[in-house]
Amino acid sequence: MAMIHTINKSPFQIHSLDSCLKYSSSGGAILFIEDGVYAAMNNTAIADKVVKAMESYKIYALEPDVKARGLDTAKVLDGIQLWIIAGTWIWSPNMTTYSPGYNLS
Amino acid sequence: MSEPWEEDELVEGPVKKFLYVNRKAPYGTIYALESLEVVLIAAAFDQDVSLLFVDDGVYQLKKGQDTSGIGMKNFSPTYRALEGYDVEKLFVCEDSLQARGLSLDDLIVDVEVMKSDQISKLMDEQDVILSF
Repeated sequence: MAMIHTINKSPFQIHSLDSCLKYSSSGGAILFIEDGVYAAMNNTAIADKVVKAMESYKIYALEPDVKARGLDTAKVLDGIQLWIIAGTWIWSPNMTTYSPGYNLS
Repeated sequence: MSEPWEEDELVEGPVKKFLYVNRKAPYGTIYALESLEVVLIAAAFDQDVSLLFVDDGVYQLKKGQDTSGIGMKNFSPTYRALEGYDVEKLFVCEDSLQARGLSLDDLIVDVEVMKSDQISKLMDEQDVILSF
């Protein structure tokens, strides 16, 4: 089953993105939320790692968290899709593979 | 006529140099907001206050924060108000900005950019350092 992993910590301070990339199977998806969205930006010291990860995973970031932190949506890495929250659902404009809402099971 | 609490011996305590080191991003944890609260307390006691932003702490000063989508208070305008409390010494680590793809134009306040050896010197000059 396709699995979606959420990362909610800054990649500059906590290694949860590295752990995720190390242990998850390719073909899955990764959603950056909360401080995890800092990983979605271009021109950073870890951008190359994230670009490389996009060869194996679909990567998403939660738009309200991007905007809350003053990050420019135009500077999100190419290939990372922004998700919005609609009611209690997390929603992707081009949702195909994953069911609405996210789960870790 | 002065009130009792305005008399000199009560008001003029020792003035110490306080450095607040901000190391965390603004909304994922409460550290950034709490640091700001304590900074304002020290300023109210007329202490010699400096703020240093390093690591993810530089994100606290990012321009254009809009928290309407996450149900939290946007406290970034407070950094602009610090000047009114005579907190005017703001320092930012150059390496930390660079690693995060940020420049001075991305920040909401005027700051002095420092390299790590300058930061060491700044810390050596302090009486008290509080790290958040």
